[in-house]
Amino acid sequence: MAEAEKEKLTIVVFSGELDKALAAFIIATTGASMGMDVTMFFTFWGLNILKKNETRMGGKGFKQKMFSLLNKGGTKRLKLSHFHMFGLGTWMMKLVMKDSHYPSIDEFITMAKEMGVKLIPCSTTCGMFGLTEGSFRSGVEGIAGAAYFLGEARKAKLTLFI
Amino acid sequence: MKADATLDCVGLYCPMPIVKAAQKIKEMKPGEVLEVLADDKGIKLDMPAWCQTTGNECLAIEENGGEIKVYVRKTQK
Repeated sequence: MAEAEKEKLTIVVFSGELDKALAAFIIATTGASMGMDVTMFFTFWGLNILKKNETRMGGKGFKQKMFSLLNKGGTKRLKLSHFHMFGLGTWMMKLVMKDSHYPSIDEFITMAKEMGVKLIPCSTTCGMFGLTEGSFRSGVEGIAGAAYFLGEARKAKLTLFI
Repeated sequence: MKADATLDCVGLYCPMPIVKAAQKIKEMKPGEVLEVLADDKGIKLDMPAWCQTTGNECLAIEENGGEIKVYVRKTQK
């Protein structure tokens, strides 16, 4: 498909749970495989998917620092939305995925990047939570606002909110 | 059916067979046929949909026991 006639798919990733993140990246990578131009816009808890695993404490002032301590994020810390069971359910889910040779969320993110999927953190939530470009894993493109997302979404045939 | 290339996706779940087939088709020449081996039943509906969206041709889907063979001709530019 020629660049000019590429269909567009935009996804708002609001949730920061492992299962919902997987669903978002499965659809994003499939869309890219189907020749679509895919943009993922990460906001609120969805930002946790993109945060570096190593980050300890960030932000300015007591409130942001406390928040970043309680809401560390990173792919290693993602939980299932159901059956987390103090980590047991999530651990089992990861084992089941491994047994089925299913890609991990990290592998999905790398795959999405290789396929040209754009990963955009939301500027407002970044501002509130005290996050900067440095808070995120590599491959994340410029922080943008709702107008950028709507600018992309209005050109897209498909927009999902996960 | 004769194929120019074969892609083994047995044991892989959605979307991996489609993602891998898309990568493989990219490397192939127009007119060539790719054979995809899979056991994820989703491919029976996924591959025709992928072909329709990308402008390739889904030639045949054969199911033998648990194994599914899908043939795709590269027709996209």
